[in-house]
Amino acid sequence: MFASAVIVFRETLEAALLLGIIAAAARALPHRNRWLLAGVLAGLAGSVAVAALTGTIAEMADGIGQELFNATVLGLAVLMLAWHNIWMSRHAREMVQGARAVVGAVEHGERDLSAIAIVVALAILREGSETVLFLFGLASGGAPLAQLAGGGMLGLAAGVGAGYALYAGLLRIPVRHFFSVTAALVLVLAAGMAGQMARFLVQGDVLPALASPLWDTSTWLPVDSAVGAVLHVLAGYDARPSGMQALFYGVVLVSILVGMRLARPAPRPVPG
Amino acid sequence: MKTLIAILALLPAIAVAADLEMTLTIKDHRFSPAELKVPAGKKVKLVVDNQDATAEEFESHELNREKVIPGNRKANIFIGPLQPGRYPFFGEFHEDSAQGVIIVE
Ligand SMILES: [Cu+2]
Repeated sequence: MFASAVIVFRETLEAALLLGIIAAAARALPHRNRWLLAGVLAGLAGSVAVAALTGTIAEMADGIGQELFNATVLGLAVLMLAWHNIWMSRHAREMVQGARAVVGAVEHGERDLSAIAIVVALAILREGSETVLFLFGLASGGAPLAQLAGGGMLGLAAGVGAGYALYAGLLRIPVRHFFSVTAALVLVLAAGMAGQMARFLVQGDVLPALASPLWDTSTWLPVDSAVGAVLHVLAGYDARPSGMQALFYGVVLVSILVGMRLARPAPRPVPG
Repeated sequence: MKTLIAILALLPAIAVAADLEMTLTIKDHRFSPAELKVPAGKKVKLVVDNQDATAEEFESHELNREKVIPGNRKANIFIGPLQPGRYPFFGEFHEDSAQGVIIVE
């Protein structure tokens, strides 16, 4: 029971923290909850489908199907997060200024929200399919179902709780700073996902490592320590990244920053 | 998305083949051999053969690798080139029994 609680918690945590940040970042957008719920449900349905197909996916592309699949999912999520951040840098000021601007931004908002729903669905898809596989494995290995369900629920609740705590914490930030804080979080989240994407491509031998590892900070701040784990989930921290991983991280970080700078309205803002 | 997949499909052509291939078997939620010796500075293709009916997740913080291997399937994991040292790995789904180490020398 404890094992299933711990694994479900670990797998849930990443998706839940992302959901917390996204929900906060989208707080001024209309019909937010409807889109987030749609993303969660699509992600859950996708998880079961992917778990059922894992054997097939794994053997595709000469045994590196899983790496390609994960890299594609992460790549799409990075694109959607980049879109969100660049869009928000255009509209954050209007949203802080008041409801009139928000109503004016509804049309764009819907588009941004669908991007957000896709990120949520992709995050749940990736973590969820592993959870389903793991629980299915334990169940078919003869573990008592009641214990499995109990442990799974406990882990899920703890993961969701952590995501909600982050969300609630973000909402306490004064509106003036709120959009800068969530934009920064989404930015490092996207860069971290790009780094993960590179890691899968190196693991599948699709890209060269360039350096393995580029640096080693595992004695200072191991990824399995509490602080390391939080930094890993929120900012893509890795104690032993490959050179390619760091390169992807840096390129995505800089590209989104440049996109946000370019999208930012001129001092005398043009409507919409 | 189509372009992305096309790019991903083209990429394997530019990667270099592994120097060395080694097999790691999973049975009864244990790795065998539990200790693998690998020469330093070489890229290694680790063929993981999961003979259990249930999935296992190969994970190593030291190697910076993680991969789910479905029940009764094989999967490839590329590691290295590595510096000499000990690189522990474990099966995340059965951490109490599935433990191993790669020794690079
Ligand atoms: Cu607009």
